[in-house]
Amino acid sequence: MPKRDDVKKVMVIGSGPIIIGQAAEFDYAGTQACQALKAEGIETVLVNSNPATIMTDTNMADNVYIEPLTVDMIEAIIQREHPDSLLPTLGGQTGLNLAMELAEKGILDKYNIKLLGTSAQSIRKAEDREAFRETMKAIGEPIVDNVIANDLDTALTFARKVGYPVIVRPAYTLGGTGGGIARDEHELRRIASDGLRLSRVHQVIVEPSIAGWKEIEYEVMRDSNGNCITVCNMENIDPVGIHTGDSIVVAPSQTLSDKEYQMLRSASINIINALEIEGGCNVQFALDPNSMDYFVIEVNPRVSRSSALASKATGYPIARVATKIAIGYTLDEIINSVTGKTYACFEPTLDYVVTKIPKWPFDKFVYAEKTLGTRMKATGEVMAISTNLEASLLKAVRSLELGIYSLEVDHIHRLSDEEIKSRVAEISDERLFVVAEALRRGFSMEYIHDITKIDFFFLNKINNIVALEEHIKTLSRDTLDKETLLKAKRMGFADAAIAKWLGISENEVRQLRKQYGIKAVFKMVDTCAAEFEAVSPYYYSTYDQGDDWRPFDKPKVVVLGSGPIRIGQGIEFDYCSVHCVWALREAGYGTVIINNNPETVSTDFDTSDRLYFEPLTAEDVANVLEAEQPLGVVVQFGGQTAIKLTKPVADMGMPIIGTQPLYIDMAEDREEFDKLLNELNIQRPAGATVFTAQEAIDAANKLGYPVLVRPSYVLGGQGMEIAHSDKDIEEYIGIVNRVKQEHPILVDKYLMGKELEIDAICDGQDILIPGIMEHVERAGVHSGDSISVYPAQNISAKHQGIIVDYTYKLAKALHVIGLVNIQFIVYNDDVYIIEVNPRSSRTVPYISKVTGIPMVNLATRAVMGEKLRDMGYGTGLHPAGEYIAVKVPVFSFDKLPDVEVGLGPEMKSTGEVLGIAKEYSEALYKGLLASGIKLDAVSEGGYVLMTVADADKYELVEIAQAFQDMGYNIVATAGTAHVLNANYVAANVVNKINEGSPNIMDLMLEGKVKFVINTPTKGRQPQRDGFKIRRLAVEQSIPCLTSLDTARALVNSLRLQRQGQKLQPVNLKDVEKALLSGAK
Amino acid sequence: MENKKAILVLEDGSYFEGEAFGRTGQAHGEVVFNTCMTGYEEVLTDPSYKGQMVVMTYPLIGNYGMNEEDVESYKPHVEGFIIKELCDYPSNWRCTIHPVQYFECWGIMGIHRVDTRQITQHIRDFGSMYGVISTESFDVQALAETARNLGTVKRDLVDMVSVKETRHIEGPGHRVVVMDMGMKENIARSLVKRGCDVYVVPCHTSAKEILDLDPEGILISNGPGDPQDVPYAIEAIRNLIGKKPIMGICLGHQLLGLALGGQTYKLKFGHHGGNHPVKDFNKGRVYITSQNHNYALRDNFCKQATITHINLNDNTVEGFVHNEYPIISVQYHPEVSPGPHDSAYMFDEFMDMMASA
Repeated sequence: MPKRDDVKKVMVIGSGPIIIGQAAEFDYAGTQACQALKAEGIETVLVNSNPATIMTDTNMADNVYIEPLTVDMIEAIIQREHPDSLLPTLGGQTGLNLAMELAEKGILDKYNIKLLGTSAQSIRKAEDREAFRETMKAIGEPIVDNVIANDLDTALTFARKVGYPVIVRPAYTLGGTGGGIARDEHELRRIASDGLRLSRVHQVIVEPSIAGWKEIEYEVMRDSNGNCITVCNMENIDPVGIHTGDSIVVAPSQTLSDKEYQMLRSASINIINALEIEGGCNVQFALDPNSMDYFVIEVNPRVSRSSALASKATGYPIARVATKIAIGYTLDEIINSVTGKTYACFEPTLDYVVTKIPKWPFDKFVYAEKTLGTRMKATGEVMAISTNLEASLLKAVRSLELGIYSLEVDHIHRLSDEEIKSRVAEISDERLFVVAEALRRGFSMEYIHDITKIDFFFLNKINNIVALEEHIKTLSRDTLDKETLLKAKRMGFADAAIAKWLGISENEVRQLRKQYGIKAVFKMVDTCAAEFEAVSPYYYSTYDQGDDWRPFDKPKVVVLGSGPIRIGQGIEFDYCSVHCVWALREAGYGTVIINNNPETVSTDFDTSDRLYFEPLTAEDVANVLEAEQPLGVVVQFGGQTAIKLTKPVADMGMPIIGTQPLYIDMAEDREEFDKLLNELNIQRPAGATVFTAQEAIDAANKLGYPVLVRPSYVLGGQGMEIAHSDKDIEEYIGIVNRVKQEHPILVDKYLMGKELEIDAICDGQDILIPGIMEHVERAGVHSGDSISVYPAQNISAKHQGIIVDYTYKLAKALHVIGLVNIQFIVYNDDVYIIEVNPRSSRTVPYISKVTGIPMVNLATRAVMGEKLRDMGYGTGLHPAGEYIAVKVPVFSFDKLPDVEVGLGPEMKSTGEVLGIAKEYSEALYKGLLASGIKLDAVSEGGYVLMTVADADKYELVEIAQAFQDMGYNIVATAGTAHVLNANYVAANVVNKINEGSPNIMDLMLEGKVKFVINTPTKGRQPQRDGFKIRRLAVEQSIPCLTSLDTARALVNSLRLQRQGQKLQPVNLKDVEKALLSGAK
Repeated sequence: MENKKAILVLEDGSYFEGEAFGRTGQAHGEVVFNTCMTGYEEVLTDPSYKGQMVVMTYPLIGNYGMNEEDVESYKPHVEGFIIKELCDYPSNWRCTIHPVQYFECWGIMGIHRVDTRQITQHIRDFGSMYGVISTESFDVQALAETARNLGTVKRDLVDMVSVKETRHIEGPGHRVVVMDMGMKENIARSLVKRGCDVYVVPCHTSAKEILDLDPEGILISNGPGDPQDVPYAIEAIRNLIGKKPIMGICLGHQLLGLALGGQTYKLKFGHHGGNHPVKDFNKGRVYITSQNHNYALRDNFCKQATITHINLNDNTVEGFVHNEYPIISVQYHPEVSPGPHDSAYMFDEFMDMMASA
């Protein structure tokens, strides 16, 4: 069936900010969708609150709205844009839920909008537990006997009937939020209440646990004509019981015979047919490891994280094909862009093994509960490809950037046998390494299998690696023969690991390889196992005989990507990498990307001329560079991941394009940088560089507490803390030293002033500063966690001048070519430098969008030798436009029990949203609303709970007054209440936790508390009162403000809301237009 | 598994060194590649592979072991098995036979730790060709010469794999005679599942002998090699046309076509895999099919028949119906094993044909 001719203007809803359970995969999906629609000449209206995405670029969609994802806002946009259709299945669960709400509320009918692709009825059949169960029963697909509970009693009664353990899953949530396995009634009470609250329809499903079964997934496509194909299947190494997003997953399945494979494939096709899905769909099964019994666990009637993985694992562009299906095409009409000849109506076949490993945030949240279950905790993932499972696993391990290059991990290797025994039973992020260690110690596979239920096949694979590791340990440089080295390389061993065991340098291993003629070759991902000649330039490395690599005659540039999404390094660096590639293409260069994140736009094979899906380590990058021989390598757009590779790349004799390694080092090296600042006569907070705890304590006492302590070469403030005492420092150094530190620790005087930030482009001669951003929270809160306002609202002309001057001086002195990010503090009327990062930063995408200055494009042209003066955007500080943009961070605390909610110098947010308006207050309101804070729920008589540190009590008065003026009741702990009452703000005293019931916790559980304002005293230990209050707030979905600055901003927004002002959607095109006319 | 060196030499002199498993010595055959990711045991035991050495494009083989259920005939037929990595620690609850022992017991020669993608690309680019696996001689020139000579020898592969005596599988339903040209067991199972009373007859059985069994339908099975090498079967089929409902599968499909006056030709490297999209014009839909053939029917083969199925990848003929008589024929394998089960409905159509005859 050809394209529908009644589709002319389509609205696409994005998935909002990056949170745990919903990451960059929907930028990839949305971007593919927009590109596919554009190619068909269909006008697009894109709505997403996430500014760091490619999909919200004005060259992706015709009309871009970076607005809160609420029904009201979408309706306002519909009124303005009049789309004829809505594409609901590419924006994750958020987009899908929103589309369903629009349908249920009659808004789609009211404006005559068609839902493209899968119908609302089909979505309901898949999403609503009861409807799903009925459908599965009707077609004879087995589902686990379960109960759909709208209340706790139903759940308890059912569990008594079927027996514990039971699994609880809430309806309509993403990433399994609020789910879990309950082993007894006590646990069920807790988990089920959570789930009921978090479910949009106040529903949970309770079922007997089938933990330990094989977890298998199929990605299926179906068109309006009923043609069905499966793109690929995947097997979780971790059996049922661990969320698939937290599982190590391989593709294709490894332990299924054809009978099992086809049985589940047929079931998937029956299901997608019964649901009448038009587009992509993900089906999850539990398969009994000891019979042909299986259960359908879940169906996602949309593009999902797994479909992003399946896309990258096979080369089959699921999102693009799903979009084409949605606008009427059938699978046999869509060309397979990999072969250029065959059609999308076929099933990819793989001639390699793919491994996905989740990236967890536990290196940042050291006190977080690390056990894994049905609630997803990973922020991102890596994928690796090889022709055998061992190599694909090891490549994935080193892609995680944990400093781990083998299955041997030092701190696990040091554990006693008893500890290993107990750790094997623990389902945690480190289980792969613990299992490897157990095998190394000679624990039997049967023993490990009995506990973990990990299939023997995978245990054997792990054992193969361990055995060869142990063998290599017995060798030396002289006794390591060619055959063994080749075997190790084929099994995916890193030079770094071999070097460590042989006691030689990585370079020596590389030389030895050269001597033996052992060289990486590149194979192509082509969807068809070489049956057809492919045109997709998508490669992975192996140590086989045949090389698919072909020369490519064009001067080319290699762009290093940013690896997995993690806290501190999110989607924004993928945005930068992709824009860099696009700019290079425009300029006529050949482009090569190296990256390992399956969720992103950068790893789409048609983003660059060549994609290498490889770990971002010195060795793996070197292999690509040796083959490609590019003009040079761009490291400044891929975050710390790419920056860390500067030295090894330069050591290979490969030119670094842009700011030179010497200067990158100078900005990071404390002493060098201090020297430079002295020369330039620029102030920074006093500080010292130390290596030991004692040195740190001495330095801190000299500087005077509080001080900021952190390792140099930081990523998103990793391991950064404010220390108030010697004890804090001791504790801190202990934690930091868990990860091997090659670089010293910095101790700085902590200045509590106003924080400002700029991103600038430099060409070696001029600079261009698109704008100055101001942080709402004062210094001390990580810039990534601060609400950030552009243009700065409270800055004097004098300070602005100083900032521009300093930027110019620093850019010159550091010979910055490309991007630089500088953070300042204004303290007692003086401007101090906090840090200079000669690379792209997380604010680049949003500043580019609101200023209309394509920063990465200009920076890329600058690094390739163009001058800013010739680019047409001027130089110096760009004049601010008429729109104000407020970036608000978004956290995933609800996914991470036991993590401190309070903000500090260590970054905690997983994503961000943007509010854009002509007035500051409206922009801020939009930002807060988009971040998920329930601002519309203002009710007379709601409570605001206040309990703050002594230092903050007087400052709180004004904020409390504002809340009171709006009709809120203030409750506070004794000390806080005392100060408020003394200042004529009525506050009722509530008991602290240890003061007996009813106390703070009871009040919050009652559901009356609308906001919590709590500033942490100090420390991150979970046992403190403040910690418990903040955690409970998160779990009860009560906005918890841990900085008075944020609280003040919120109060102002609430005031606005109460004035009943209707929010005006802003088309990014209009912002650009206004800027252009302003510039002229 | 001990590491014993082995070499695969193709007739054009290209060679690939790896390690041996199973029997040692020399094995010969036409080298073809199969792109199924699962179902190696079905592939090994498929009689259509008689005379061929199979390259599996999926690199990990043997993961779930072997068993006595997933067989397509009583023994493996491939002449040699060319894979990337043979699994030494199979894991599946149905596994009863260890892969390493399997090849040793059946005396099948295998070579692994070769770059199967490279070999596949070679065959894709230069067409399927003869080859030799050897663990004795490593003289590439001599082995290539041996491979070249293989192509000149004509053998009746069908006769080698067909049953020697009629096999009767009793059932309550339609009586079906299967002309065994190298039948995959799942054809019989698919008929038995539908209640048929099945007679599997040797390939040399004449039309008269078949009709004497008083069948309600005749199924001409898949099998190895070039359809033109079995003129006796074409002759028998010619005499069956119009007498009873007939279904052809794979080689049977080609033979039916030839019997109707059509022509066959050799494909460059054939279709061997479980992911081939076939468009069924009657249903207006595409089905993913299991395929294993090196020859195909020309699309202008016969005025008496109408093409019902084509391959979406290369537009080759995948099925036809006779315009006058109850005859249906498909190039792909509706009995699957290995491969997706989407097209099993063809057997139901055969049942309907018999019911309405």
